[in-house]
Amino acid sequence: MGGCGSCAASGCGTSGARIAGLTRLGLRPGAWDAVVGLAGNPNTGKSTVFNRLTGLRQHTGNWPGKTIARAEGGFGYRGRRYRLIDLPGTYSLLSASPDEEVARDFILFGRPDVVVVVVDATALERNLNLALQVLQITDRVVVCLNLMDEARALGIDVDVDGLAEDLGVPVVACVAREGAGMVALLDAIHGVSVGEVACRPRRLGLSVPGLTEALDRLTAMVAGAFGDLPQARWVALRLLHRDRRITEAVRTGEIARLGAGDGAAIGAGP
Amino acid sequence: MSAAKPDARSVLEAAHELGWRLPPDLNDRITEAIYAESSEIAGRRVRRRGGSMRLAWQEALDRILTGRWTGIPAMVLLLGVVLWLTITGANYPSGMLAELLIDRWWHGLREVFAAMGAPGWLRGIVVDGMYLTTAWVVSVMLPPMAIFFPLFTILEDFGYLPRVAFNLDRMFKAAGAHGKQALTMSMGLGCNAAGVVACRIIDSPRERLIAIVTNNFALCNGRWPTQMLIASVFVGGLFPPALGGMAAAGAVMGVAGLGFALTWLASLVLSRTVLRGEASTFSLELPPYRPPNILRTFYTSIIDRTIFVLFRAVVFAMPAGAVIWLIGNVHVGGQSLAHWMVGALDAPAWWLGLNGVILVAYVVAIPANEIVIPTVLMLTALVTGQAGAGAGVMFEVEEADRFRQLLDAGGWTVLTGVCLMIFSLCHNPCSTTIYTIWRETRSLKWTVLATLMPFVPGIVLCGGIAALARALT
Repeated sequence: MGGCGSCAASGCGTSGARIAGLTRLGLRPGAWDAVVGLAGNPNTGKSTVFNRLTGLRQHTGNWPGKTIARAEGGFGYRGRRYRLIDLPGTYSLLSASPDEEVARDFILFGRPDVVVVVVDATALERNLNLALQVLQITDRVVVCLNLMDEARALGIDVDVDGLAEDLGVPVVACVAREGAGMVALLDAIHGVSVGEVACRPRRLGLSVPGLTEALDRLTAMVAGAFGDLPQARWVALRLLHRDRRITEAVRTGEIARLGAGDGAAIGAGP
Repeated sequence: MSAAKPDARSVLEAAHELGWRLPPDLNDRITEAIYAESSEIAGRRVRRRGGSMRLAWQEALDRILTGRWTGIPAMVLLLGVVLWLTITGANYPSGMLAELLIDRWWHGLREVFAAMGAPGWLRGIVVDGMYLTTAWVVSVMLPPMAIFFPLFTILEDFGYLPRVAFNLDRMFKAAGAHGKQALTMSMGLGCNAAGVVACRIIDSPRERLIAIVTNNFALCNGRWPTQMLIASVFVGGLFPPALGGMAAAGAVMGVAGLGFALTWLASLVLSRTVLRGEASTFSLELPPYRPPNILRTFYTSIIDRTIFVLFRAVVFAMPAGAVIWLIGNVHVGGQSLAHWMVGALDAPAWWLGLNGVILVAYVVAIPANEIVIPTVLMLTALVTGQAGAGAGVMFEVEEADRFRQLLDAGGWTVLTGVCLMIFSLCHNPCSTTIYTIWRETRSLKWTVLATLMPFVPGIVLCGGIAALARALT
């Protein structure tokens, strides 16, 4: 999906209300084919993207921490129905404040088909921290490089194709406030969710003595206990970190939900 | 998942065992690895072209708006301008709405009911109670909200709210509270129920409780119009017309400032007593200033805020109107219920610089602060017997002057006005907020504390001011 980047300069997204093939389903997605989560640092425009796609009017404002609980809506695109979840903005998935936990629990246990990470093009370095953390947990990621207009005004150029190559997932340049790039974003979400676009997310190379061996052993045990979880290695790493929430999820067996069922399992008990 | 339980235990034991053999700073190392990776990718894929004009003026603006010495004065000035624009701008449309909704439609409705041969009590409840209270709510609340909310939303869109948090952070920290409380307080300036929900952004339960309990000291939508109206009648009236608007804006700002001082003081007291502890640190990102999207601003502020708040006010005003008409017209022992209630509350109210009508209005208006002023007007008209066409009917007042005449007849003085402004800041939260506090804390204790605590400064301040004013005159 390297082609997504080409929209950056041409601004091929519509700025008006209509996008061909998009049906905004508002609050009533009905039955859905895929679940999409919107993650990102605070104040990167997640709620604006959410409103663009669902036609809802989730309150947006220029300050971090505005979305405190997750908001849900739906949209249809190219014959598929999507359920879209706007997550609270977080800088990381490693600490455990209540709003970060909402985001992390969703990415882990909500079994999204696609996670869209909205990143601020004017502060890429800081925003990539979260994107990289999401890439450690799940393969199916689309990066929405938002606020391209501000980046341009600040004299910042981002090599969108190069970034997509580095991250191993589609990267779409957007100006969500004006609707630019939304078509390309929808195409990327569609491509990843139906499996047309293969993601090869970048994984961290960790050079800590003894870590690789410990991780290998523990990953095998997690997989043995709970089936072949796609995130077994990440779970093992969090256990070595003594992550309270993940330890608890292993103790109660909740962690097994990572491997079972489909998106419909959200909110259901283990 | 009971079958997996033995396995789960062995996984956890293995994790514990293996964890001991790893370096103790594993967390830091992984965080560092992520940062290094981000920095490497960004370094490779981001190119910066020379100096940017936009960055330069953003920095210049931040030097003023978040400066050590200029930040707070700039904040006071901005709020002052917003309030002044609202107060002076709302005067004229308020009068027009009152003329249309009350002088014309109310009389019209009365005639329609009379022509239909409707019984007097029905016309009383529907037209003189429900309709008239609603008409009052609309004409008193709509114009200030339609000016105040767009202005506030423009500031929000522009990126000013986090700067307020930044400016106030040090003060909250000194009170042992969380810096993010400045944000939840700002949300409370819109609606306290929303402010209480927003306290979820505070991680520490201790600091979150402080923020929830003190949120009521942020003047909400329902109270701004009360403040503005009373300030323009009683404070603005003390000055020549040219300065009246500014004086009124200054008075409202004084009350808002008092609200902040009380938030600070209450936070300090709580964090030194029942909620003892150290303030935790946090990082707050100052977003770039963004040119507000004017159309969206109008949509958000008019539909989401103005109409929403107005709708809520109307929903509460209609039953309240019926109740007011009933207590004004149901007679027990030769007096209406309203007379009995006002008479019973007059004595305690006197000590607070208020009167019985105001206290009865606050009892009737527990569901929504928005209807306090209409209730006060209606009860005053009733008690003073000024209501032209029949007891229990709100007096029609097109402008501040006639509004003043009615209140003067009710025995109001500048002292009553000032004490009402303070009492409006310091009384129980509305029922929606009380319910929200309970839902967020799930604790009867904290809900009761948050409900009753505001009365303490309210009684002390109003009582003190009343005693002082009477001693001096």
